[in-house]
Amino acid sequence: MEFFVISLLNGVSYGLLLFMLSSGLTLIFSMMGVLNFAHAAFYMVGAYVAYSVGLKIGFFPALFVAPVVVGLLGAAVERYGLRTVHRWGHVAELLFTFGLAYLIEETVKVIWGLAAVPYRVPAALDGHLFTLYSTSFPKLRGFMMLVALLMLLSVWLLLKRTRIGLVIQAALTHPHMAEALGHNVPRVFMLVFGGGCALAGLAGVIGGVAFITEPSMAASVGPIVFVVAVVGGMGSLAGAFLASLLIGVMQTFAIALDWSLAGMLGAIGISVNEATPLYSLWKLQISQVAPVLPYLLLVLMLIFRPKGLLGTRAD
Amino acid sequence: MNRLIRAAALGAATTLLAFGAQAQTVKIGFIDPLSGLMAPVGQNQLHSWQYIAEIANQKNWAGGPKFEIVGFDNKLSPQESLTVLKQVVDQGIRYIVQGNGSSVALALADAVAKHNERNPGKEIVYLNYAAVDPDLTNSKCNFWHFRLDANSDMKMEALTTFLAKDKNIKNVYLLNQNYSFGQAVAKAAKDYLAKKRPDIKIVGEDLHPLAQIKDFAPYVSKMKAAGTDTVITGNWGSDLALLIKAAKDAGLNANFYTYYAATTGVPTAMGAAGEDKVRFVGYWNVNNEKFVGADVAMGYQKKFNDDYYTMATYTGIALLAKAFKETKSTDPVKVAHALEGMKVESLNGEVEMRKSDHQALQPLVVAKWVKVDGKTVKYDQEKTGYGWKTEALLPTYLATQPTSCQMQRPK
Repeated sequence: MEFFVISLLNGVSYGLLLFMLSSGLTLIFSMMGVLNFAHAAFYMVGAYVAYSVGLKIGFFPALFVAPVVVGLLGAAVERYGLRTVHRWGHVAELLFTFGLAYLIEETVKVIWGLAAVPYRVPAALDGHLFTLYSTSFPKLRGFMMLVALLMLLSVWLLLKRTRIGLVIQAALTHPHMAEALGHNVPRVFMLVFGGGCALAGLAGVIGGVAFITEPSMAASVGPIVFVVAVVGGMGSLAGAFLASLLIGVMQTFAIALDWSLAGMLGAIGISVNEATPLYSLWKLQISQVAPVLPYLLLVLMLIFRPKGLLGTRAD
Repeated sequence: MNRLIRAAALGAATTLLAFGAQAQTVKIGFIDPLSGLMAPVGQNQLHSWQYIAEIANQKNWAGGPKFEIVGFDNKLSPQESLTVLKQVVDQGIRYIVQGNGSSVALALADAVAKHNERNPGKEIVYLNYAAVDPDLTNSKCNFWHFRLDANSDMKMEALTTFLAKDKNIKNVYLLNQNYSFGQAVAKAAKDYLAKKRPDIKIVGEDLHPLAQIKDFAPYVSKMKAAGTDTVITGNWGSDLALLIKAAKDAGLNANFYTYYAATTGVPTAMGAAGEDKVRFVGYWNVNNEKFVGADVAMGYQKKFNDDYYTMATYTGIALLAKAFKETKSTDPVKVAHALEGMKVESLNGEVEMRKSDHQALQPLVVAKWVKVDGKTVKYDQEKTGYGWKTEALLPTYLATQPTSCQMQRPK
C-alpha cells in the first residue's frame, strides 16, 4: 500500500512537470501551427537564467523573472525570425526552430560552460513536506505540483475568461477577420509565442532545480515533450494535461513491475531458459522497457487515433 | 605552391629526424566525447591528458621526445570512433587514448588490431584509460590494447571485500545501466557477494537505459519497498547524480557503493545529501595518506578551474615516457613490446602493465564522501565543501584477477 501511494504521488508529480513542459508547445502549436523544436531549449534557458538570477536575488523572485526573460526572448525570436520565415510555410518554420534549438544550446554552452551548474534547492523547499508510512515526500515535489496546477488554471482563465484571450482565439482561427476589426494579429502571434516560451521557462526553473542544470538537459526532454503533445492531441491543453499524467503514472508503475514474457510463459508451464532462441527478448522485464513505453504509446496513438486523446483535428 | 610547401615541410621533417630525436614531438590522439551528454566528462579528461603531458614535457620524462595531445570528438559512438580513427591515421598519429564507454573501446580495439595487421610499419598503440569491461583483457584481449584503469571485476572484488566487513549490510539492491558495462557490474556483484557474504540478500536488480532517465524516484520507492540498506551501482554521469538526489528526496537511508561518484557533475548533484553514505572504489583519491598527487590536482584546478580525477592519465604518460626512454625510440611496435610487463611509479604507487593481458595492476582505494576537515580530508570536489576520505587501501595483490587472455604477439 505504501508503495502504491508513493508511486502514485511520484507519477502524478512527474506528470505535472511534463505538463508544464509541454503546455507551451501545445499552445503554440494549436494557435500558430508552429511545431516548435526549440521548445526544450527554452526550457533549458529558463533553468540557466533562474540559476544566474537566483544567485543575486534568490530563488522565488527568479521564479518570476526567469519566465519573463525567456518569454521576451521568445517574443524576439518570433518578431525577428519566425515572422519572416512564416511566409515560406510550415516546413520552413519547422527547420527554423530546429536550427534555433542548436543555436541556443551552443550559446548556453558558451555562456555557462559545459559542466553542470550548482543550482541548489532553496532552503524553504529543502526538506520533507510530509511522511507517508515511512517514505518522505519532498517539499520540492509538492511545490512542483502546485505550480503546475496554478499554471493550468491561469492559462485556462486567460484564454477563456479575458478579453485578450478572446482576441487571441479570434486572431488564430480567423486572422483576416480579426485584422479587419482592427486587431494587430502579428502582435497576437508574438504574444502567444512569447507566452508559450515563458511557460517552458517556468518549467525550466522548477525542472532545473529538481534535476540537473546542464547543457544536455534540453536534448534529454525534447522527445518526451512531443510525445505528450501528440498523445494528448495536438493543440489541446486539456489533452496535454491528461497525457502528461497518464505518461507520468504509467512510467512510474512500469518500473515497479518485474514481469517478463519468460515469467508469464513459466506461469503457464512453458519453460524458457538461456537455451531458448531470442532469450534476451523473452526475459526483458517491463521495468527495463519502462522508459520506452511513452514512445510505444506515441506510435500506437498515431496509428489508431491520430488526433490524440482530446484532439479536435484529424488532419 | 601547395606541393612546394609540402616538399619543404617534408625536407624540414627529415632534417629534424636527421638531427636526432631531441626535438621530436609525439602526437597522441584523444578519442572521446567532446560534445553531447558526456562532454563535460570528456573535456575534463582531455584537459587531464594535456596537463600531464605538459608536466612530462617540462620535466623531460621521456628523455627527448615531447608529448602533444590532440582531441577528437567521437560523440560516444562506436561508429563515429571508427571514422575518427581513420582521421587519426591520416594525420600520421600513432598513439591513441580512449576511455568512455566499453562499447567504444571494443570497437576501437578491434579496428586498431585490424589496421595494424594490414599496415605494417604504420602500427597504432591504443591506451584505454577508463573502459572497464573485463572482456577487453580477457576473451577479447589484443596486443595493441593496454588498459590503464582497473577493470570492472577488479573494482568489484575490492568493493565487495570492503563491503563484506560491514555486518549491518543485509539487503543489497543492484541498479545499473543497460549495456555491456552495467551488466558486467551486476553479474560480478552477484558472484562476489555470493562468495564473500552468502547471507546478504539481493533484494532487487534493475537495468535502465543509459542516460535517459530523469526521474529516479520510482526506482527509489522500489528500493524502499524491498527493504534495501545498500545499493551497488556502476552508474556514471547524470545517471548517478539523479539517483542519489532522488534517494535523498525520498529519505532512503541506504549506503551507495559506486564506481564513479568522483566524476564530473556527480559531486555537485550530491552535495550534502551524500554525506557518509556514498562511497566509490577507484585507483586514486587525492586525500590519500600523504596527499600524493595533490600538487598535480591543485595545478590542474588552477589552470582549468576543474577537478583532476583521471589519474590513469598520469600512469599512461609515465608508461609511454619510460618506454620511449628504454627503447630510445617512439616507434609504436618497439614501444608496445617495451610496455609489456613494465612497472612505473604513479600517483597511487607502483603500477604494473601485466604482460599476459595488458591489464594494469595497481592498488585500489575505497573512499567515502565527507565534509572537508583539513586533516585527513583536505581537498573538496567541485567546491562543495565535501571531499573523499580514504577508508580502505587495497594492495595490488588483493585486487588482481586471473585472466583468460591468450595474447597473440606480432613476430
